[in-house]
Amino acid sequence: MLLFIEQCLNGLQFGLLLFMLAAGLTLVFGIMDLVNLAHGSLYMIGAYFAATFAAMTGSFVLGGLLALGATLLVGMMVEVIALRRLYGRDHLDHVLATFGLILFFNELVRAVWGPAGLNLSLPAWLNTSFPILPGVHYPTYRLSIIVVALVVALLLYLVVMRTRVGMLIRAGASNREMVGALGVNIKLLYTLVFGLGAALAGLAGLMQAPILTVQIGMGENILILAFVVIIIGGIGSIRGAFVAAVLVGLIDTVGRAFLIDLLRLGLSGAAASTAGPALSSMLIYLVMAVVLVVRPEGLFPVSGK
Amino acid sequence: MIALLTPRNFVVAALLAILVLIPVYAHSTGNFFLVTLFTRIIILAMAAVSLNLIMGYGGMVSFGHAAYLGVGGYLVGILAYEGYSSGFVQWPLALLVSALFAFVIGALCLRTRGVYFIMITLAFAQMIYYVGVSLSRYGADDGLTIYNRSQFAGLLNLSNRTFFYYLCFALLLGTVYLTWRLVNSRFGLLIQGARSNDRRMRAIGFPTYRYRLACFVIAGTICGLSGVLLANHTEFVSPAMMHWTKSGDLIVMVVLGGMGSLFGPVIGSIALLVLEEALPPIMNVIGGLVAGSAGARVGEYWQMVLGPMLLLVVLFARGGIDGILSNWSGFVQGVREGFANLRAGVGNLFASARRG
Repeated sequence: MLLFIEQCLNGLQFGLLLFMLAAGLTLVFGIMDLVNLAHGSLYMIGAYFAATFAAMTGSFVLGGLLALGATLLVGMMVEVIALRRLYGRDHLDHVLATFGLILFFNELVRAVWGPAGLNLSLPAWLNTSFPILPGVHYPTYRLSIIVVALVVALLLYLVVMRTRVGMLIRAGASNREMVGALGVNIKLLYTLVFGLGAALAGLAGLMQAPILTVQIGMGENILILAFVVIIIGGIGSIRGAFVAAVLVGLIDTVGRAFLIDLLRLGLSGAAASTAGPALSSMLIYLVMAVVLVVRPEGLFPVSGK
Repeated sequence: MIALLTPRNFVVAALLAILVLIPVYAHSTGNFFLVTLFTRIIILAMAAVSLNLIMGYGGMVSFGHAAYLGVGGYLVGILAYEGYSSGFVQWPLALLVSALFAFVIGALCLRTRGVYFIMITLAFAQMIYYVGVSLSRYGADDGLTIYNRSQFAGLLNLSNRTFFYYLCFALLLGTVYLTWRLVNSRFGLLIQGARSNDRRMRAIGFPTYRYRLACFVIAGTICGLSGVLLANHTEFVSPAMMHWTKSGDLIVMVVLGGMGSLFGPVIGSIALLVLEEALPPIMNVIGGLVAGSAGARVGEYWQMVLGPMLLLVVLFARGGIDGILSNWSGFVQGVREGFANLRAGVGNLFASARRG
């Protein structure tokens, strides 16, 4: 039972991390209608920046903040130089162009930081465990990821739904020309939204950095998961991304932990231990396929598109 | 009468002539690396041609096409491992299984459209990838070595590199011919009609779903065949051959060469894979000239050049290389406008930075 609670928390933490990545992706996707495969590269760059700045300043928090700003800038530069020209193009063009960006960023990181991975170590005050229930300890850092992600989700909701900028973003998503005609600098707005998405990806990367090694290509597998999340949630829906991210995080983590035992109940031991790992890796893709077959527009389809 | 002597036709003819002559050149110089390289290029070109059939003509952007490479390849690998090395068993079975996979995947995926279609095909490919990773009897992550190429009872000897090269080349030409016949048939017109306006096609009374599914299965089967050839060529199969980046590579080949053009994917795969081989040495030479011995190792970072090149193709060369060749003057003008835009964009960036 204790293990189950711990795995659920792990799943929640992973899901919320996915949410930070998926939120930026779904914003860019829903508003600019841009498929950005290079989103994972921004995640990677956020992690590399964090590791470098933390080593430079000697402070994890300060390094993280600097990395956040730097990723925001990189994101805005990418948008202005390259991606801006892709709006309104075919999705296939987006896939190809941003695939090119992935190659570029991977090589750039290798040229700047070298092929070996980096480590980002936690400060002592985060490297402890926290009693969530009497007798149940959970790492403070993982708990802090959950808290940070929830705060980010709340802020994002407030910004998008309750501020003037958020209103413009939503208006731009439904009719770009009209918002432009009303005198809003839509280009700048899009650059800002893209930068925001990049910063969110960078945040996810730097939060994940102390748990995993910071390495080239770290953004690629998690990018696919983020895509799964926004597809399940419905493209453009932040609420959908949140629900789907938590769902995917829980299913993936809990599935990996318990599926083999579950299969043992029905199958012979040997069959269960061969089928288990494969099935638990496949589980979320299976969920996505089922969701798409049943609801081809995702769980929370954005109306009026 | 369509003009035959266009720049595009000239390039296609030249490429085909080069492909025919490569083993001859290799025999005269003893450099067999070229044959090995171009066998791989031809096999992947075949996969790209099959992807072009659904993507270029049918508008079905599959981001999981490498899965069929894996299915075809693994069938050969597994059968060989279990002692069935006869090609008469392996090949038909591999094609059949690829077709079955494509049928099931297509039947489900074709219910969705647009980006959702791209992503659900990716999801299925990932599932198949993880099945490959978990096949512990057949090497799991590390892959499976194939000790015998497919045996054809002494009729065909696949271990002869030159023969195998020409076999792959013939199959590639056959695939292109098949695509040509399909695209210009009633079936092909229907598929293309469904790409431009599916609802209208259905309103006229065509059950487009069935036709699109059939097209998807044909493409999957052809890609399965190239998987079979690839397994025989490398004598090795591993989950890496169906990683999602491989599906991305196939898309790149098709778009780079020219989507919806008959020879476009062939040009694209040659361009991409030759660039992969040629960029590092070229960059080394240029780097060496510019920065001396320190610059002579920049070739290591060839992807830093390839990535932006892909970006430029998307930005300035719609229709890929094939599009450039068929509309050369339009391309030149487009590049000029593009650079003007780029300059304006960078200028804006600095201006807005100055404004704060």
